Amino acid sequence: MKALILVGGYGTRLRPLTLTVPKPLVEFCNKPILLHQVEALVKAGVRHVILAVSYMSELLEREMRAQEQRLGIKISLSHEKEPLGTAGPLALARELLTDNEEPFFVLNSDVICDFPFEDMLKFHQQHGREGTIVVTKVEEPSKYGVVVYEGDTGRIHRFVEKPQVFVSNKINAGMYIFSPAMLKRIQLRPTSIEKEIFPVMAEEGHLYAMELQGFWMDIGQPKDFLTGMCMYLQSVRQQAPERLRTGPGFLGNVLVDPTAVIGENCTIGPNVTIGAGVVLEDGVRVKRCTVLKGAHIRSHSWLESCIVGWSSSVGQWVRMENVTVLGEDVIVNDELYINGANVLPHKSIADSVPEPRIIM
Amino acid sequence: MLKAVILIGGPQKGTRFRPLSFEVPKPLFPVAGVPMLQHHIEACSKLPNMKEILLIGFYQPNEELNRFLSCAQQDFKISIRYLQEYAALGTGGGIYHFRDQILSGSPEAFFVMNADVCSEFPLPEMLDFQKEHGDAYSFVILGTTANRKQSLNYGCIVENEQTNEVLHYVEKPSTFVSDIINCGIYLFTPEIFQHIGAVFQKNQQDMMLYYDQGEEQSNGWHRAEVIRLEQDIFTALAGQGKLYVYKTDRFWSQIKSAGSAIYASRLYLNQYHKTHPERLATNREGGPKTRGNVYIHPTANIDPTAVLGPNVSIGTGVTIGAGVRVRESIILHGATLQDHSCVLNSIVGWDSTIGKWARVEGTPSDPNPNDPFAKIDSETLFRDGKLTPSITILGCNVNIPSEVIILNSIVLPHKDLNRSFKNQIIL
Repeated sequence: MKALILVGGYGTRLRPLTLTVPKPLVEFCNKPILLHQVEALVKAGVRHVILAVSYMSELLEREMRAQEQRLGIKISLSHEKEPLGTAGPLALARELLTDNEEPFFVLNSDVICDFPFEDMLKFHQQHGREGTIVVTKVEEPSKYGVVVYEGDTGRIHRFVEKPQVFVSNKINAGMYIFSPAMLKRIQLRPTSIEKEIFPVMAEEGHLYAMELQGFWMDIGQPKDFLTGMCMYLQSVRQQAPERLRTGPGFLGNVLVDPTAVIGENCTIGPNVTIGAGVVLEDGVRVKRCTVLKGAHIRSHSWLESCIVGWSSSVGQWVRMENVTVLGEDVIVNDELYINGANVLPHKSIADSVPEPRIIM
Repeated sequence: MLKAVILIGGPQKGTRFRPLSFEVPKPLFPVAGVPMLQHHIEACSKLPNMKEILLIGFYQPNEELNRFLSCAQQDFKISIRYLQEYAALGTGGGIYHFRDQILSGSPEAFFVMNADVCSEFPLPEMLDFQKEHGDAYSFVILGTTANRKQSLNYGCIVENEQTNEVLHYVEKPSTFVSDIINCGIYLFTPEIFQHIGAVFQKNQQDMMLYYDQGEEQSNGWHRAEVIRLEQDIFTALAGQGKLYVYKTDRFWSQIKSAGSAIYASRLYLNQYHKTHPERLATNREGGPKTRGNVYIHPTANIDPTAVLGPNVSIGTGVTIGAGVRVRESIILHGATLQDHSCVLNSIVGWDSTIGKWARVEGTPSDPNPNDPFAKIDSETLFRDGKLTPSITILGCNVNIPSEVIILNSIVLPHKDLNRSFKNQIIL
């Protein structure tokens, strides 16, 4: 089976992290975002993954080559040289997707959840039509594209994009499974799948909705990245609790890479991910944070709701909070207060940032 | 023989020092580890002919003041008395009212100083200067140089550069007059009372006038006895060949707000290298790490992993936990700082507690270090409708929970906080 992952472009919403590394390779809970999806696809029987990218990255190509070897699958890159919208990339990859009659998966690369690929396949084969969209229930549907469908069959009636009044609380979760015949509907030009393709398919009764069970998050921006991290760690607690770190000094769900070093009298968690080679010195308190590979947090500092970029160094007695994001190799001097700062890579911070801002 | 008079004000004065002045009279607030007044008294007692120190103010008799007086008498072996004014009589009215006490024993001269100044007190130099200038009856004002803009906040002195005579004196002018300012430390001879007496007579006559015209007997401010040295005496004496200014370039600062107490601490702690090296903490085995000048009272209990300084004063019975960082702050007696907490540019009140990993931080209001004549600003509390960022002050018995931040805020006494606060006054 095949899968097309819509990777897209520069990942600007996840800057400054994506200034160093293409978004699919940013580690989410100690594993590149893309790999969470690819490994789940492989488990469901996918043997060929196509990445639809609008910006080529040598780093991504190199990493994908390595993963091909490791997972024993084929990974292709489909590069759109001009913007093709949300449906165009499918047309671009038409050749690769239609070499047999099997249905193929399409995923938005920012989605994290308990991937239901096997269930999707079953559901899709049962109704036998051209398309299945996974939907998920959210608290604030007006931020997304809402899906209206029949409860018992799943047949989709219509879509409403960012509705101003309540229509439904089920939104498009960014995961689809299509039969190859569906590709006839898309031409190779900038096309919106939500506005141009889906409504027609729904009209013709070819589009069905499958409700996702469990957590779901679009982790394309730092605030949601951290929220998604909390949800994912909770899911790990339920399914594979032995992966989490417990013991004195660890509260709630904490994921720690075996090569990380943690000092004395630290209190870590709840909801913390510590990457490879990270050093936490004595007396550090970290809550609701992702600390990426090689970062160094010096003693007595206090961090809440932050993302600390690769190889960054946070000084002693620093207080960082409110979705502060440090890019790669950022240095924060001792004794500073950093509130909601977005810090670009290779920057040294010598003064406190008492109110949220971007530091270039 | 010599005497000294220290003007200590009263509860209605020094309101910019609240909430710290709720607990202790401002002149007794510890600066660099000892009460503000003690620095004045130490300087006075070094003069061989100093026979008596008189404190004049309108505080009611209170325990702290009495205790301070008896300790100071014992420590310095000199007569120290408190003369309480029956009302606020101004900087001139108080000494005039008690002139008999000041002149008893026939001192040749006597110093008069404001309690809320921080200075190197060049008293011997002022005495020598007085002998060399004017006649046996002339008076000396201690002056220092300020920058043009800030001079408007002080008493401004125009001097004859050859003779050092004061030609003109204006208190807090609205336009630039001179960059030499009044330090609030004077050397008078008994003749000063003739001049104050003349002003007193004139005030009385004026009052009679108003009374005759059927006006109400007015409130304290219009009493004949309220006389201000600066506006009423110096302004009139300027240019009469009686008043001289001795300029110093040694350290000097006013202590009006809590922020200036931290700045004054820094100046005095620095002076300790020369005058009281035993008061400065050193890095020793089993003790905390110190950077720069730090005063630690012997009864304080401090974890060896704490890092203190520069410019830190730790009061009696203070407890400081592991990995605590204190910088540019005053920690008053009985306070507790729990593990990993961080206190910067703040004053932590008596018996307060700061929880683990909490951060208590203020904004320093120090004078511009690049300008040698810059003085500490007396900032207004609010600017453009917002609280001006300044030193964080925790009143007595304030409890800060773990892991919060208290930034640029003032917390009134006996308050338990339950979350972070920034740029607020918490009642």
